Amino acid sequence: MNTSKLMDKEAIRRAITRIAHEILEKNKGTDDLCLVGIRTRGVTLAARINEEIKTIEGTKPPLGILDITLYRDDLTLIDSQPIVHETQIDFDITGTKIILVDDVLFTGRTIRAALDALVDFGRPSSIQLAVLIDRGHREFPIRADYVGKSIPTALSQNVRVILQENDQSQDEVIVEDAEKR
Amino acid sequence: MKEWTKHDLLDIQELSKEEIELVLKTSKSFKEVSTREVKKVPTLRGKTVVLLFFEPSTRTRISFELAAKRLSADTISISSSGSSASKGESFLDTAKNIEAMNVDLIVMRHSASGAPKIVAEALAPSVINAGDGCRAHPTQALLDLFTIKERLGRIAGLKVGIVGDILHSRVARSNIWALTKLGAKVTLCGPATLMPRDIERLGVDLCYDLNEVIAASDVLMVLRLQKERMQEKFLPSIREYARMFGINRNRLKAAKKDLIILHPGPTNRGVELSADVADGDHSVILEQVNNGVAVRMAILYLLLGTKEK
Repeated sequence: MNTSKLMDKEAIRRAITRIAHEILEKNKGTDDLCLVGIRTRGVTLAARINEEIKTIEGTKPPLGILDITLYRDDLTLIDSQPIVHETQIDFDITGTKIILVDDVLFTGRTIRAALDALVDFGRPSSIQLAVLIDRGHREFPIRADYVGKSIPTALSQNVRVILQENDQSQDEVIVEDAEKR
Repeated sequence: MKEWTKHDLLDIQELSKEEIELVLKTSKSFKEVSTREVKKVPTLRGKTVVLLFFEPSTRTRISFELAAKRLSADTISISSSGSSASKGESFLDTAKNIEAMNVDLIVMRHSASGAPKIVAEALAPSVINAGDGCRAHPTQALLDLFTIKERLGRIAGLKVGIVGDILHSRVARSNIWALTKLGAKVTLCGPATLMPRDIERLGVDLCYDLNEVIAASDVLMVLRLQKERMQEKFLPSIREYARMFGINRNRLKAAKKDLIILHPGPTNRGVELSADVADGDHSVILEQVNNGVAVRMAILYLLLGTKEK
């Protein structure tokens, strides 16, 4: 299988630091700010961005966890049920500025589902999107506000984000040809 | 985790331990939905669920209806009085006519054991058994398991006492299957006239001394005395039953501190359970009702969530 490394541990760390700075700059601090990570790796990235924000500003915005399974638009197309995991948003999102965090932005369908889910929890004043990788091939009119790295990919390729917390393996982003998977 | 392959939910026996655990895990995720401002997710949009109840029900019917509605399915509720069943139509004919209107799932309760199975075998839509005679009530057992696990953190190794009218109880039967499959130790307690013959074959113990059962148990499952199913004389009097097998505060003095008491409802206060115990600290009766919606959402999702197989 043909694989290549797009980002290593240090590159991921720098990208997260930069995204944290960009979020604070654009939102002028942490007032009304909250982070919501999309399961599974978006949650890890959101937590890391949150730590970074705390290091910079001294305060930590609330952090939520979103599972989008119940909002997927392809449930009637797939054969076996995805496992539904818990959503945990323990704060009122009405009036907040939400930073939605995911690992890879691809077709945009996950983000569409996440937006639908979020508005069921309340009426945020804005939702911004932060992703580690933007790999193109959008099927919906969705874009990211904060991007770790934009990379051109072929549809036949897979982008894998490996994070210590989820994969018990050193952080890296790799792209591989999909036929074997 | 093993993926879900079942088309119907007719009884607990047909579920593997892994499938039961999948239901419990999925239920936990669905519980959160009912706490939201907007208590609805679009998952089953465009699906139609028919609740076909040939026996009276409040809790189970409302619970299924709320579960389906919170998943955005359309629901229609039919009870035997006021439908063609009262004109003499057989339940299978009623069900076939409902199928002809392109429904996706039928939730069915009937006084005859096995009726939902007959419908499931004859019809294309999924069928959930919401109670058939004295035989099975699988969603009640699943919500009981969920409640126990949520409160005590585990099922395996727990001592569970099931007290009361075992003979007429589909709740007891489904729970015996489910609890023993997940490794709990089940002891049955009740009047000998209301104890089914050879019930020990299901891997349970019998004990006719309620005080002994109370002292040993982590969980007490108290059953309703089903007067409507008693054509013969099973008991000298209700009062005597209450004195011998009713749970009251006095008896609970010997109980473990974190004992939990379940009851499938509706309760006959003062018969199987005194009012102060039903409303007391050990009671998780309303939690069972709360969890029932989440568990039924999980089951509807698992049965209907993906494309037709």
